[in-house]
Amino acid sequence: MTTALSPRLTSATAGRVLRQLRHDHRTVAMLLVLPSALLGLLYLLWADVPTPPGQPDTFDRVGLTMLGVFPFVVMFLVTSIAMLRERTSGTLERLLTTPLSRLDLLLGYGLAFGLAAAAQAVVTVAIATTVYDLDVTGSLSLVVLIAVVDAALGVALGLLASAFARSEFQAVQLMPVVVLPQFFLCGLLVPRDQLAGWLQAVSDVLPLSYAVAALQEVGASAEATGTMWVDVGVVAGATLLALGLAAATLRRRTS
Amino acid sequence: MDAVTVTDLVVHRGARQVLHEVGCSVPSGQVTGLLGPSGSGKSTLLRAVVGAQQVRSGTVTVLGRPAGSAALRSRVGYVTQAPSVYADLTVRENARHFAALYGRGAAAADAAIADVGLADAAGQLVGDLSGGQRGRASLACALVGEPELLVLDEPTVGLDPVLRVELWSRFHALAAAGTTLIVSSHVMDEAGRCDRLLLLRDGRLLSDSTPAELRARTGTDDLEQAFLSLVQEVAA
Repeated sequence: MTTALSPRLTSATAGRVLRQLRHDHRTVAMLLVLPSALLGLLYLLWADVPTPPGQPDTFDRVGLTMLGVFPFVVMFLVTSIAMLRERTSGTLERLLTTPLSRLDLLLGYGLAFGLAAAAQAVVTVAIATTVYDLDVTGSLSLVVLIAVVDAALGVALGLLASAFARSEFQAVQLMPVVVLPQFFLCGLLVPRDQLAGWLQAVSDVLPLSYAVAALQEVGASAEATGTMWVDVGVVAGATLLALGLAAATLRRRTS
Repeated sequence: MDAVTVTDLVVHRGARQVLHEVGCSVPSGQVTGLLGPSGSGKSTLLRAVVGAQQVRSGTVTVLGRPAGSAALRSRVGYVTQAPSVYADLTVRENARHFAALYGRGAAAADAAIADVGLADAAGQLVGDLSGGQRGRASLACALVGEPELLVLDEPTVGLDPVLRVELWSRFHALAAAGTTLIVSSHVMDEAGRCDRLLLLRDGRLLSDSTPAELRARTGTDDLEQAFLSLVQEVAA
């Protein structure tokens, strides 16, 4: 009975996580402002570099990609630390003796940080397109949607990664392990079709590649394309897979 | 009618055997004390009762079902030794969260907070409370589910004597209302407050009796002395 999902218990968990966040004003401020500030730095970086004729503006390309990368990285970090705290403080052991199911707990986290990511994405997209003149051909609401799906991926991988960390020091170092290879191979630094064959194969199984591809579709086409929806679907599928694996790492009985 | 029956329980943690064929029973509607020195296996036995402990062999039956069964999760309340509540939430927010998990409302949460004497601190962050207050906040989060079996791991550590007496009378009030309580402690002067005593040492059960039976068997009124003579009896 408790392996079954309960919307009531999932939303109780999401509410609790958001309440914890609300007490931490500095974290909320950083969540909302930091991506915009970093995007501003990128904007200034290329502001005076001329764009070769016939090529897309570099900031438009990089900035758009970063709109998907920021929520992924930030939510991965926040979630892996939050879950590690549940494990080390004893609250996880306690929660697992209550009627709460493991999936309720994980989806509750996903829901709470997904909402936080939506707020972050709205702020970042608004500032990027007004203050920094980021040019997106497609719909901005699709950009926000992809950012939220990326954040959900970050949450799911963070929940999974926390199972492999015994301390905060370890958890923080899992960030480069999980995030940087995906970032290097996502197609931003070198287009994916120019990668060596085996690197391309690695890139093909990394979910962030599809998130970036989806954003590039939105950047290039006025209408939502089928390719974009497939890419978004792959990221969502990877998120569910990671959540399922994370649930398997939550043991009610431990030694 | 026994609320908990433990038979031949063996638990290993790493290479070390923590519990050696422990068998005992806990009667319903009473306060059963689990006493023994630090490191004797008390927490491990309690974790086995709530279904959080991997066991090597033996059985633990709780309210007629195997320990840790899904159906038991709304009927058993567990308070860990270290207060397991969210430091970055207020006492009220913590209690309401656990109330929600047990399907209870805000009124039940407020009542549980009042029961542990934290009504005045309900709006404070748990992280800002003293150690004793945190422990009571943690207790409130178990009381809020009105469990049939309440498993408390050293709930009175660090409390001033007045609060300790208050909590013990709360435990007896709960037992009088039908709740079964298992309370662990390493302080022998709390043994006399229990209806029934389990004495644990080095993972072995030394005694399962009432305080009166223990006094009679060892010929001393002092339960600390009684414990010592039991240890010598086993060693001899």
